[in-house]
Amino acid sequence: MEEKLIVSASPHIRAKTTTTNIMLDVIIGLLPAAIASVIIFGFRALMIIADTVLVAVLAEYVSRKVMKRENTVFDLSAVVTGLLLAMNLPVGINPIFAAFGSVVAIVVVKQMFGGIGNNFVNPALAARIILLSSFPSSMTTWAKPFYYKEGAVDAVTTATPLAMNANGQTTPLKDLFLGTTGGCLGETCAVALIVGGLYLIIRRVISPVIPLTYIATVAVMSLIFGQDILFQLLSGGLMLGAFFMATDYTTSPINTKGKVVYAIGCGVFTFLIRNFANLPEGVSFSILLMNILVPLIERATNPRPFGEKESKNA
Amino acid sequence: MDKANLTLPKSPFRTRGGAKAPHRKNTLNSESVTMPCPKQVILPMVQHIGAPCKPVVKAGTLVAVGDVIAESEGFVSAPIHATVSGKVSKITQVKLSTGQMGDAVIIDSDGEMRISENCKPPVVKTAQDLLDAVKASGLVGLGGAGFPTHVKLNVPKDKKADTLVINCAECEPYITTDNREAIENTDNVINGIVTVMRLLELDRAIIGIEDNKPEAIKLLKKAVADSKEKEAERIGVLPLKARYPQGAEKVLIKACTGRVVPVGKLPLDTGCIVMNITSVAFVSSYIKTGVPLVSKRVTVDGSAISEPKNVIVPIGTPIKDVIEFCGGYSEPCGKLISGGPMMGISLASDEFPILKQNNAILAFNEKDAILQKTTDCIRCGRCVSSCPLSLMPAAIEKSVKLKDIDALNKQGVMVCMECGSCAFNCPAHRPLVQTMRQGKALVRSAPKK
Repeated sequence: MEEKLIVSASPHIRAKTTTTNIMLDVIIGLLPAAIASVIIFGFRALMIIADTVLVAVLAEYVSRKVMKRENTVFDLSAVVTGLLLAMNLPVGINPIFAAFGSVVAIVVVKQMFGGIGNNFVNPALAARIILLSSFPSSMTTWAKPFYYKEGAVDAVTTATPLAMNANGQTTPLKDLFLGTTGGCLGETCAVALIVGGLYLIIRRVISPVIPLTYIATVAVMSLIFGQDILFQLLSGGLMLGAFFMATDYTTSPINTKGKVVYAIGCGVFTFLIRNFANLPEGVSFSILLMNILVPLIERATNPRPFGEKESKNA
Repeated sequence: MDKANLTLPKSPFRTRGGAKAPHRKNTLNSESVTMPCPKQVILPMVQHIGAPCKPVVKAGTLVAVGDVIAESEGFVSAPIHATVSGKVSKITQVKLSTGQMGDAVIIDSDGEMRISENCKPPVVKTAQDLLDAVKASGLVGLGGAGFPTHVKLNVPKDKKADTLVINCAECEPYITTDNREAIENTDNVINGIVTVMRLLELDRAIIGIEDNKPEAIKLLKKAVADSKEKEAERIGVLPLKARYPQGAEKVLIKACTGRVVPVGKLPLDTGCIVMNITSVAFVSSYIKTGVPLVSKRVTVDGSAISEPKNVIVPIGTPIKDVIEFCGGYSEPCGKLISGGPMMGISLASDEFPILKQNNAILAFNEKDAILQKTTDCIRCGRCVSSCPLSLMPAAIEKSVKLKDIDALNKQGVMVCMECGSCAFNCPAHRPLVQTMRQGKALVRSAPKK
C-alpha cells in the first residue's frame, strides 16, 4: 500500500474555484446583455455572437495546436473573449470582419504573448480598436433598435446617444436604461449590464473596486464639468467597460490600491476623450491605455509585507 | 507599552486575508480515548526545532515511562523520554517524515506502562525554576511547530513581556485536539496560565479561540470566572472568527493584541509570549505529577479512516498502530498526512512514529488524494488578497522562475509562513507553497551582501 501514497507539498485541500468556473461565471454575467442585444437588435445579433465565439474558440484551438502547446479551449477563456468582442460590435457588421476581429484577439493579442494570463492588453478591446481603424464606416454604422421590424439593417440607422449629445440632441434616460438606442450589441442596455455585473460581484469573480471607482470617477468628472451625470454614466460603453472590460484579471492591477489608481485613470480618460477629443466615445481607448500602464501602477502600489514598516521603525 | 493597551480585548483586532477552508471538525465532540500500550515505540532524536538529541541509553537498558533516554547540550533543544516501560532494543538510523535519515531509540514495551520512580513533581517557585522544569519536561510547542517551550519562556533581560497569548484557535480543518484539551483538561489550562503569568510577571493572558468551538469557549469562560486565583481577573477568553489561518502566530498576536510582529523579529519583541493551550496545560500537569511529555492527543480522521477519533497515544507509536486502533483504513489510502490538511506533511509510509508535536493523522482515500492539474496563472489576484501577511505570491512566483534574488528579498519571500492560503484559493491550482519554499532556498543560498 505504501508505495501508492501521494506525497506533495501542502496544502492538501483546495478551494473549488477553477479557471473554468470563473470563465463560466463571466459568461453567465454577460448573458443578460447578450439576451438584451438579441431582443433589441434581432436575430442578426445572435448570429454575430455565434460568429465571434466560434471563430475565437477555433482560433484558440488552432494556434495552440500550431505552437504545439496544450489545448486550452476548455478553460472557456476564448468563449469569453469572443462574447466580449461581439458585445463591442455594431449589429450590422460584416460577419467576416467580426471573424477577423476574433482571430486578432486570440492569435495576435492573446496567444502570441503566451496565452491566458500573459496578454498585456484586453484581447477583445484591442480587436475592437483594430476593427475600428480598419473598417471605420462598418464599425460606426448603428442600426436603429428594433430595425428588424422595419427593414434591412443598413437601411434603418441611427446615431449613438453620445454622438447625438455632441450635436445637442438628448436621449430619454429610459431608453438609455433599457438599451433601446443605437450602439454596440452589448453596450446599450445598462440594466442588463448592471445585473450581470452584480452577479459577478456577488459570486466574488470580480472585486467591486474597479467598476465602482471607474463609474464614480466619471460621475465626479461630469459634476465638475457640469455635464448630465446620469447621461454620462448610462450612455456609451461605460457599464460594459466598467464591469466586464476593465476588470479583466490579466490586464488590471492585482492589488486593491492599484485597482483604484487604474480605475480612476480609466474614468478620467473616458471623460476627457468623450468631451474634449474628436471621438464621441472613449471607453475602449482609456481602458487600453490604462492596461498598458498596469505594470507601472503595480510597481508603485504593491503592498508591503506584514511587519515591514514596524521593522524599519524599530 | 502604554497601559491602555493592556486591557483585555472585547473583540478581536482586524486581520487580513486567509482562506475559507472547510472546518470538517468531525471529532469536535469525540471524547479522547487512550490507546493501549503499543508493542514497540520509535523515538527519533529530532522531535523539535533545534539541536538533535543524543541517546543516553544503550541497547538492552531497561527503562520506565518518563526516564530520560536522550538529551542535548544545546539551549534550543528538548530532552526525550521513554514513553513506554520496557527494554531498549536498539539505537538505529530510521527514515524521518522529512525524508532524511536520523538516529532513533527503539524501545520494546513490556506492556506494563510502569511510571519511572524518577518522575517527581518539581519545585517551581521562581521564573528560573519554571524554565528548568519546562526544559526537563521535554515540552515543545504542541500546536505543530515543535519549538522548545523553555526557549520561548526565557525572557532576556533587555526585553519585557506583558502578555501571554494562548493559542486555541485550531484553525486547521479536521483537528480537534486543542478543543478537547480545553474541554477535558480545563483546570490544568487555567492553572498553567496562572503559573506562567505569576512566575514571568505577565500583566494579562488572552486565550484566542475560533468561534466554531462553542463548548470549549463556554467551559473556559466559566473556569476563568470561577477561578479563585487573583491572576484569573486578567485572563480573557477571546472568540475569534473561524477563518484559516487564525492560529498562525503573527496573525493570532494581531487578532488578540493588535500588535504587529516586525519582520525578522519574535513575538517577544512585541511583549507577547505565545503558547499552545495543550502546552500550557501540560506545564501545570508536569508541575503536579512530574511525568514528562510522553503521550500526545492526536485527531485521527479523513475519508479513509474507519472510525475517526481523538486518541491519546504514547509518543513514538507507529502511525500504523494508531490507525489500526481507529478501525484501520475504510478504503485504500491515497494520501497520509501528519498534521492538518493546510500545513501538514504528506507521508510516504504509515510506519513513521507519532512525534511530540503531531496533533493529527489524516488519511484520505484515493479520490481525495488526486492532485488537480496546474494551469496558467490568470492573475486573478486571489493569492494576493488571501495572504495574511500581505505578500504577492503571483509576483514572487515570477521572481522564483527568474531566480531574481533581489526581487525576492524586496517581495519579502522570507516573511512567508507557508500557511497555504494562496495555494488553497488559486483557481489554476498552482503549487504556490512549494514555490515559496524554493524562493526561500534561493535567498538562503545566495551570498550575503
